[in-house]
Amino acid sequence: MHLMYFSEQPMSAYPADEGKEFGATALMFSNKFFNPVEGSRLYNEYLEHYRLAEEVGFDGIMLNEHHNAPFCMQAKCNVFASILAAMTKRVKLVLLGNPLPLADNPVRLAEELSMIDMISKGRLVSGFVRGGGQEQLAAGVNPAYNRERFEEAHELIVRAWTQTGPFRFEGTHYQHRVVNPWAVPLQKPHPRIWIPGVLSKETIIWAARQRYPYIALSTAIDATKKIWELYDSVAAEAGYTAGPENRGYLQRCHVADTEEKAMANARQFMWMQGEFTGLAHPVWSTPSGYFSPSYRKAFVEFAVGRGANPRAATFEDQIRNQQIIAGTPKTVIPKLRRLLEETRPSIVGFWASDGFVSNEDSKKCIRMLGLEVLPAVREIGKELGLLSPFEANAPVSIAHSTPPAPAMA
Amino acid sequence: MSALATSATDVAWTTEEMRVAGSLLRVRKGGAGDPVLVLHHEIGSPERLPFYDALARRFTVYVPSHPGYDGSERPGWMRNVRDVAVTYQALIAALNLSKVSVIGLGFGGWIAAEMATMAPRGLHRVVLVGAMGIKPAQGDILDEALVSYIDYVRAGFEKQEIFDQVFGAEPPTPLLEQWDLNREMTFRIAWKPYMYNPTLPHLLGGVKSPSLVVWGRRDRIVPLECGEAYARALPQSRLAVIEGAGHFIDMEQPEALAKLVIEFAAQP
Repeated sequence: MHLMYFSEQPMSAYPADEGKEFGATALMFSNKFFNPVEGSRLYNEYLEHYRLAEEVGFDGIMLNEHHNAPFCMQAKCNVFASILAAMTKRVKLVLLGNPLPLADNPVRLAEELSMIDMISKGRLVSGFVRGGGQEQLAAGVNPAYNRERFEEAHELIVRAWTQTGPFRFEGTHYQHRVVNPWAVPLQKPHPRIWIPGVLSKETIIWAARQRYPYIALSTAIDATKKIWELYDSVAAEAGYTAGPENRGYLQRCHVADTEEKAMANARQFMWMQGEFTGLAHPVWSTPSGYFSPSYRKAFVEFAVGRGANPRAATFEDQIRNQQIIAGTPKTVIPKLRRLLEETRPSIVGFWASDGFVSNEDSKKCIRMLGLEVLPAVREIGKELGLLSPFEANAPVSIAHSTPPAPAMA
Repeated sequence: MSALATSATDVAWTTEEMRVAGSLLRVRKGGAGDPVLVLHHEIGSPERLPFYDALARRFTVYVPSHPGYDGSERPGWMRNVRDVAVTYQALIAALNLSKVSVIGLGFGGWIAAEMATMAPRGLHRVVLVGAMGIKPAQGDILDEALVSYIDYVRAGFEKQEIFDQVFGAEPPTPLLEQWDLNREMTFRIAWKPYMYNPTLPHLLGGVKSPSLVVWGRRDRIVPLECGEAYARALPQSRLAVIEGAGHFIDMEQPEALAKLVIEFAAQP
C-alpha cells in the first residue's frame, strides 16, 4: 500500500462570523481578514506536522492547492513540495495536484516539477487537476476552455519531460517557439501522475484512458464503487486490466485517546460551514463552461437558489457512511478495513485534522496514526493484495507498457 | 409610416437556417421594406419581441441568433467578437442585401460596431444601444461571471415587472440552461479583456455610416460613459439618452426605441 498524510492547511485564524455574514468564504471574501502573522505561524506548524508524518512512518505526503479561500492556505503546491524535497528524506511528495488550466506557461511548471524531482532524489508524484470553479475566476483563466487547457497543458508537460529539446509547440491554447528546459525529471520515463477527483465522470474516464491512478476524494463508499466500475470498464476498453494499483482514496480520519475527543475534533472537518470548501457561492463555484454538460440542469438550478447543492451531507451522515472516520485506533481500524475490503484502493490518504484542531491534538493524531493505525492497515493491505503502483511496478502511463527504470539516486 | 404598414400582431415571422462562413445560423425574418439586421444581447433573445414587431412595420427585419447562442450551432473554433462580425458581414453578402442598417443591442452593439469598422461604407445606418465594446474610463462593465443568471438579467432592467412579463417571475429551468449556454459562448469569445476591445476606439474613426448611439440613463451593465465614448469616436454620430431606462431598452421601452430607430434608419 501507499499510505500518505494530508492536510488541507486550514487558515483557521480567520473570523468565521465575518464569513457567515458575507455569505461566502471563497473568491470575494476579503483578504483583509487574512492575518499574515497567523499565516506564518500556521505554515510553520504544518511543516512540523509533515516532518512528524515522515518520522512516524507515512509513505507519502499529499499536497494540494487552492486560492482565495480560508479553507486552504496552500496557494502553490510546488512551494511546499520544494521545501519538503529538501526537508524530507524518504516520503513521496504527492502533489494532488497542480491545477493545469491556471498555468499560462506549462513549460515553466514542467521545469519546477523537474527541479523538485531532482532535489528530492526522485520522490515526486506529480498529480494534475482541473482546478475548482472558483480557482478559474481567482486566476483569471477562462472556465469555458478548462478541459481543453488541462489536456493540452498535460500533453505539453509530459513532452517537455520526455521529448528531447529543443522542439516547438503550436497548440490551441499554448504556443511555444522553443521548448528546451534545462531541468528534466530524475525519474524515467517521467514522474508518476495521479489524478484526484470527486464527481466528474469525464475526469475518471480521462484518467483511466491514460492509465493514471485515480484518487477518489472522500466520496461515500457506494459512490466510490461506481467510480471504480467506470474506471475499470474504460481500462478494459483501453486494453488493460485495472487493479488496486490504479485506485486511491482520501479518507478523513481523526484518531485520539478517547472516542469523545476524536469525535469532537472530527467535527472540525465541517468547520467551513459544513462543506470542506466552505460556503460555496453557487455562482462562483460553477462558472459557465466549467462543469460537465451532463450536470448543467442541476448546477443552473443551484446557481439561482433552487434545489440543493448536489454535494452537501451532514456530519452525522458522514460518520454513518464513513466519509469521516473518528475514534481510537481500536474503532478506527475496522472501519478502514471495511473501506479496503469494499473498494480495494492501494493508495490511501489520511486527512487527519482540519479547522481548529489544536497543534497538540494534530500532532498526537499523526503519531497515533503512524504508530498504531498504519501498521494495521498495511497488514490488511497485504492480506487483500493491495499493491501500490510502486510495489506493483505499474507502468507510469498507457504510453509506457514496460515498467519504469528505478530512480538513479 | 408607409400605407402598407401592418399592425404588430400581423407580422409573420419565418425561421431559416443558413450556413455562412463556417457557421450554421438560425435567422428569424419578418416584415417588409428596407433590410435591417438586429443583433441581440449576450443573454440571447426571446423568439419574438414587441420591439422587433415594431421595426417590422417599416423594415424587413432579420434577427439572427449569434453563432453559439440560442438556436445557432456553436462553432468550436470561434475565438473573438470580430469573428462574429465577419460572420454577419458574410450573412449580408449571402442574403445579397444592400442598404442594410444594423441595430446592435448591448453585446450585439459591440458586434455592430466591429462590423462598421470592417465595411466603412457598407452599412446604411448603424444604431448602437447600450453597446459593449469600449472600456469605460471610470466605471466597469458588470461582470456576469460573478452574478447569477437571474440577477444579471434583472440588473439590466429598471422596472422589474417588465422582467417578470418577458421571462416570468421565476424563469423556468430550460431558460436558465439556455442562459448558461449563451454565457458559456460569451466566455469563449469575450472572456479577456471582458466585454471590450482595446483597439476598437482607434478603428471607429474610419466609419463612414451615420450612427446613432442610444443609452439608458440608468444602465447598470454598461456605463453611460461608454455611450459617450462611442459618440466621440464615431464620426457622424449622435448620442440619445433615454431617461429612466436601464440596459435592456428594447424590452423596457420598445415603442420609444423603435420610434428613434425608425426615424433614424428610414432616412435616405
